[in-house]
Amino acid sequence: MYVAAKGGEKAIRNAHALLGKRRRGDAGLPSITLDQIAQQLTLAVDRVMAEGSLYDVELASLAVKQARGDLIEAIFLIRAFRTTLPRFGNSRPLDTGDMLVRRRASATYKDLPGGQLLGPTFDYTHRLLDTSLGGEGGEHAVETGSDAPLAMPRVTDLLGQEGLIEAAPEDDGSEPFDITRAPVSFPVDRATRLQTLARGDEGYLLALGYSTQRGYARSHPFVGEIRFGDVEVVLDVPELGFEVSLGTVQVTECQMVNQFKGSAEVPPQFTRGYGLVFGQCERKAMSMALVERALRWQELGEEPGSPAQDEEFVLSHCDNVQATGFVEHLKLPHYVDFQAELDLVRRMRAEQAAQMKEAAE
Amino acid sequence: MSHPAAAAALSAGFDDPVFDAQASFRAAMWALARPGRVERLDARLEPPAPLSREAAALALALCDYETPIWLDAPLAAAPAVGAFLRFHAGAPIVVDPGAARFALIADPRGVIDFTAFPQGSPDYPDASVTLILQVEYFGKSGLVLEGPGIQGTDGFDAAPLPADFRARMAANRALFPRGVDLLLAGAGGVAGLPRSVIVKEG
Amino acid sequence: MSAQPISSMPRSSMPDITYNFAYLDEQTKRMIRRAILKAIAVPGYQVPFAAREMPMPYGWGTGGVQVTAAVLGPQDVLKVIDQGADDTTNAVAIRGFFEKTARVATTTATAEATVIQTRHRIPETALNENQILVYQVPIPEPLRFLEPRETETRQLHALAEYGLMHVKLYEDIARHGHIATTYAYPVEVAGRYVMDPSPIPKFDNPKMDDCPALQLFGAGREKRIYAIPPHTRVRSLDFEDHPFKVQHFAKPCALCAATGVYLDEVILDDKGGRMFVCSDTDYCNTRQAQGHVGELGVPAEDAA
Repeated sequence: MYVAAKGGEKAIRNAHALLGKRRRGDAGLPSITLDQIAQQLTLAVDRVMAEGSLYDVELASLAVKQARGDLIEAIFLIRAFRTTLPRFGNSRPLDTGDMLVRRRASATYKDLPGGQLLGPTFDYTHRLLDTSLGGEGGEHAVETGSDAPLAMPRVTDLLGQEGLIEAAPEDDGSEPFDITRAPVSFPVDRATRLQTLARGDEGYLLALGYSTQRGYARSHPFVGEIRFGDVEVVLDVPELGFEVSLGTVQVTECQMVNQFKGSAEVPPQFTRGYGLVFGQCERKAMSMALVERALRWQELGEEPGSPAQDEEFVLSHCDNVQATGFVEHLKLPHYVDFQAELDLVRRMRAEQAAQMKEAAE
Repeated sequence: MSHPAAAAALSAGFDDPVFDAQASFRAAMWALARPGRVERLDARLEPPAPLSREAAALALALCDYETPIWLDAPLAAAPAVGAFLRFHAGAPIVVDPGAARFALIADPRGVIDFTAFPQGSPDYPDASVTLILQVEYFGKSGLVLEGPGIQGTDGFDAAPLPADFRARMAANRALFPRGVDLLLAGAGGVAGLPRSVIVKEG
Repeated sequence: MSAQPISSMPRSSMPDITYNFAYLDEQTKRMIRRAILKAIAVPGYQVPFAAREMPMPYGWGTGGVQVTAAVLGPQDVLKVIDQGADDTTNAVAIRGFFEKTARVATTTATAEATVIQTRHRIPETALNENQILVYQVPIPEPLRFLEPRETETRQLHALAEYGLMHVKLYEDIARHGHIATTYAYPVEVAGRYVMDPSPIPKFDNPKMDDCPALQLFGAGREKRIYAIPPHTRVRSLDFEDHPFKVQHFAKPCALCAATGVYLDEVILDDKGGRMFVCSDTDYCNTRQAQGHVGELGVPAEDAA
């Protein structure tokens, strides 16, 4: 006699209880607070906000904690919450030229108005494990005023004054496509491309951006500017007849300056690749700018053929919530389909064996 | 609101926006899934005339700011109707039938040519209008329907309808997979005639 | 529009988060409902829709869940199956989701359900005209494995250019002597669109033809909804010299002795011992309760 395995419900309940226990870890240790996560694992929180497409430090910290530090799981938690939120209106476009800058680097000029501002960066740190962080300490005094944000002009605007770089596309006032409210169809416009990349997986965009540097759609990039700081979010309220400031968000913006030969109609000028990400995510902003530029091959009359230029491929696979779901779904039961395949393979093997026997006789 | 129709706009929408919308949608869904079979539609709302309760229930269940609505002459002539739809559904009212995702038709006898509305494209046949026609009567004889959703053939009738209705439906079927889809609403019910249906003389 | 909060998640010191009936907000439901209506009007055509992130992973039934959430009402009785079984973990998780967010009645009995969400099977019990069968679909595009680009496949559907599919099936025959597609076997719907029936075994394909129930298909990650209205012609693609055939099982179900049903192979030991039992657990349990006993089964009264 045979009794089939049952009790899926109980098994799930128990598994989730166990997950809760493992998440908590040693109960003798204090539970990590959301403030601690927000303050001390800031870049993890930033990535969750960026790829989760929701600017909420507290919820992103909660997601990091709930996901036991698995950032893609945390991004997924934020996305699933975000999708239930009602929409009150659309903000005015962010003006990153008005950013209160906390960090800014340009590779194209030695010095420039506003100057280079290293800010909080891993750059030039020696990557030596700092055992002093292993304990409680790790206090760092900074000179007064050195972390106060400053306003400064964008490098690409300076280049633009001379007409040396293509102009940023005009805002024609039309409502941009919204990838969270409508299904994407190819080919896509600039807004769709940028939105998709902005919430795309950092690792995926890093690899694709890297590939362009190694000759797969090389575009001779220079970091015109990378800046990180605070930008005001402003909402137009037609009923009131004036605009309202909703507060500030922190973003990282990267403008790559890339080569372009010019054409019969356009004098030689630099082109741009654009990256904008919530929080401090320089690697992501730079990768996004490289890939964005590579995807513009058609518009700029370049040769196609490299992976980073393939719009449908790049944009269809850059969402890590989609990707992780579909890859991981392979662990769901598939035994019905597998049975169908087993049956066919057995049948074909039997037929082949019969044929070989026949041939041998 | 300073709109002159503001008072009329406040005539009641759904009693229960969640469940009434669900029930109205389900009626429309089964109506299109089983062409010609009349589904009961309990329309618990009080729209301004000449918009019927059944047509209003379908409009509130299916329309919102993403779906421009076109109104036929009798409905467009009643400012309270547009105000009602804007208030309860948030839907924009359009004058150009070619820009409509839904069209509300109080007088099916006088309705403009179906081809004035979006028919969808070969790539995206779903980008076509849904016409909601207000009728007063449903019957089982007069027309014979055939196609997906119908076991064999089925008898159908409704009134009022355009005088050249059968010819219009034949022209619409000839466009398949492009074409418009019809919901006939009234008499406490809704019947569907999707573009896939073949309408013959009974 | 007032949302009715019916479930909530405690946030300790944070404020509670409340969700609408069946989780989705009303605007999202309307958008999905409009897509369903167009899908019904153009049988077998994949309607793009703005699928939302759901609180379960893409690939785990988010398309089916969104379709179910959009059609579900308080009077419905919901059944959820995965691999034909009501008690598989993902079926349990999805059923629990709707019990929690919609407080809807659920059942395992096929005949009692008004909405059945399924992954990979069509129930053995014949469906009736008051039922909606919602399929979870991973890859809705039947041409995807021949041509991965949506821009290309959309053209092929527009032109009803399905030669590529026939070539692929015929190449199988040339190479293997068989059409090597055993599940997600393509069908032609109402004489026009070629459609992916989702990864059901081809054994289930004939059940789609002239089915009295409404069949809805939801692909969340790929953002497509499609439909087969009741009593619609659904033909599995084949050739005159190689007509469509379904799997045939040599033995009846080892528990309920049913024949002509789809069976799962269960490995009993590491010495080659195996048995074949109904994949449709409700069908098998019902038959056992009626006194049908297979070679490894136990008579109903003994089991009780």
